[in-house]
Amino acid sequence: MLGQKAFLSGNEAVAAGVRLARPHVIAAYPITPQTTVIERLAEMVEDESLKAEYLHVESEHSALSACIGASAVGARTFTATSSQGLLYMAECLHYASGGRFPVVMMNANRSLALPWNIYGDQRDSLSLLDCGWIQVYAEDAQESLDLIIQGYAVAEHSDVLTPMMINLDGFVITHTYELVSLPAQQDVDAFLPPFRTVNKMDLDHPMSLAFTAGPAYNQAFKQLQHQAVLAASKVILETEERFGQLFGRYYPGLLETLFCDDAETILVTLGSVAGTVRPVVERLRSLGERVGLVRIRYMRPFPEAEIRKALSGAKAVGVLEKDISFGYEGTVFTNVNSALMRAKVMPPRLLNFVGGLGGKDISAIDIERLFLRLKSPDDGETVEFI
Amino acid sequence: MGNRKEKRISIRELSDREFFYGHKACPGCGGSLALRLALKVLGERSYAVVPAGCMSAVGFIFPQMAFTCNAIISTFPGTASMLSGVAAGARALGIKDFHAVGFAGDGGTADIGFQALSGAIDRHDKIIYICYDNEAYMNTGVQKSGLTPLRARTTTSPAGKRLKGAVTHKKPMFEIVAAHGIDYAATASVGYPLDYLRKLDYASKVDGTSYIHVFAPCPVGWGYDTSDTVSVAKNAVDCGLWYLAEFSDDKFTLNHKPAAFSSVGDYLLGQSRFHHLGEEDVKDIVAQRDARWSRILREWSFCDQ
Amino acid sequence: MNYPVRQKSFKPPKDLAEYPVGTAFPAGHLVETNASWRSLRPVIDAGKCTSCRICWLLCPDGVIHNTKPEGLDIDYDYCKGCGICAKECRQKAIRMENEGI
Repeated sequence: MLGQKAFLSGNEAVAAGVRLARPHVIAAYPITPQTTVIERLAEMVEDESLKAEYLHVESEHSALSACIGASAVGARTFTATSSQGLLYMAECLHYASGGRFPVVMMNANRSLALPWNIYGDQRDSLSLLDCGWIQVYAEDAQESLDLIIQGYAVAEHSDVLTPMMINLDGFVITHTYELVSLPAQQDVDAFLPPFRTVNKMDLDHPMSLAFTAGPAYNQAFKQLQHQAVLAASKVILETEERFGQLFGRYYPGLLETLFCDDAETILVTLGSVAGTVRPVVERLRSLGERVGLVRIRYMRPFPEAEIRKALSGAKAVGVLEKDISFGYEGTVFTNVNSALMRAKVMPPRLLNFVGGLGGKDISAIDIERLFLRLKSPDDGETVEFI
Repeated sequence: MGNRKEKRISIRELSDREFFYGHKACPGCGGSLALRLALKVLGERSYAVVPAGCMSAVGFIFPQMAFTCNAIISTFPGTASMLSGVAAGARALGIKDFHAVGFAGDGGTADIGFQALSGAIDRHDKIIYICYDNEAYMNTGVQKSGLTPLRARTTTSPAGKRLKGAVTHKKPMFEIVAAHGIDYAATASVGYPLDYLRKLDYASKVDGTSYIHVFAPCPVGWGYDTSDTVSVAKNAVDCGLWYLAEFSDDKFTLNHKPAAFSSVGDYLLGQSRFHHLGEEDVKDIVAQRDARWSRILREWSFCDQ
Repeated sequence: MNYPVRQKSFKPPKDLAEYPVGTAFPAGHLVETNASWRSLRPVIDAGKCTSCRICWLLCPDGVIHNTKPEGLDIDYDYCKGCGICAKECRQKAIRMENEGI
């Protein structure tokens, strides 16, 4: 059954997706540019179009801590944050994943202080890549909404039981309005059954949760956690297939490729920048240039095999990211490079472009320049700032 | 409440069931006694939230689980926020007749957990927050907390030639919590168990946030014999350095007024953390006690429960 | 039973599949005792004991039980020998005996 269409910002699309997913508990603390998500959710709770407990917590740490507590009695939970707020949650991020509490959280990608800045880059979430969460990066409002609904199905899957961070580029996605298809509630209810778990406190069968495990046992829990995030790869594909059948929108798995089958020069990126790269690639293609695009959707689990496959025939690959690990290179580049090195399928040229920090504009002209740059034989610096 | 008399729980009425058993707390631990008694009153439909600290470290070491009711370790700052989440989750799932009860130490309450506690009280969330106060970070080896009393020696407030232990006062948590307009707050001591049990029973019936601050001595950190925990906790009240009181309906009530204070010097010098104190130091502490008590007697009503 | 007892049959997990889901494990699951912590053992003199149970009330470990008709019974598996019971007993019905170690 078809739902309605609405003109929504990325944040509003997220809120609409959350309402459709029927969480029991929402705990939220405001931070720009996440605020309109939690404002819309508060309105939905007020007008009872969403039946949820809405906790006005006093910090992001408490927001996630409360979600973990609610998840620990078997409730479905949602929170949203950004930037400094995500960092303030850091302890709870590891707590949620270690305890296997499938919280779904939206993060509005935003620069980190200092200097202060409210605009988009991805240093917030990428600096927390190792916190054990599934990390996905949306490209537009529709995908954001769909990822919220799919996110619960993936995170709560018994093979996964891992929290999920859905990243939207601050302002560029969170505040840009688009026409969005809203799935019908009964279809979402059919797609997303109520959360069931044994990993909870239960008055009929008392449990001890979030316990200590000493050196003899601790690593086993970490291995299980690793297995769970790896297992998410398959669950994501199955979930997208099921979603496509119900709602007619199919997603391409952990990453999306454009013209990579015969491309000589490929740009790898993630998030909203892909929306800038795509028309450039299409235009250069129309001029006969064999260029391509890889849009990484999921950073964890990392699409290792898919990266190898997409880049195996390329002569030059550039990784463009809004992130840097100071003193070395971009984190996305490190991950892509590692996937290629392990498979010994190194393209002759592999460059790391870093741009968009603190919201610095990345234009179509910049992208064309990067494709030109990839053709030049100069290996240049480890990181090239654009 | 106010001047109304509440029914006391007698020993005979108290549940025979043990909800905190086989734990690894040090012998004579006041905190574990406070926790054990609380769960006896609150019962099997309790969700206990215990932050990083002594009670979590001794109660959940896989595969040895000392809580027999539902229990979860929270992050160190997250006792109150996790309690709120547990309560909200259970409510949203339609679970009825439960208690979400937290057990945090003095540092976990007055220092790192203070912000989340303040938030929960502000929301009037229906939770019971119990601070077991042993006056220092004991789990990490007796470091000074915001509830370490003036001049107590800890490993981070050593007593030397220049400084005589802690240079700061114990934060007045009971009054800080009350200033939020909390639904119910009380102080207690494991040295006055029946008073503590009555307050737990009262808290269990409050439709809102309850805070109980229970004085819970630590033989290892304070330096006294393990058998003296209850008597030290009683002496603290008898000498006036701790007090038994309640706050509800915007009113403070003192529950216990010693006819004459017992010796502060005997209380202090019976613990090695105060062995460095001289006569003048004790006099100072007595003067501060008297100033506090004159204010308490002036401003609070009295109801001996 | 009002209190848990040691699970003698417990076998530690050998491979990953035997581990719990998440970090959730049955409450009140004891695999070790605390008896070795004790250097003094409380012994109740049944002749003096009035079963007022103040010792039970004040025991941090909750090991003094009222489950036997002949009087209070101490669970020596989990008594740590702190001596609070002996100190607080108004009848002086509990003495602390050396464990002889």
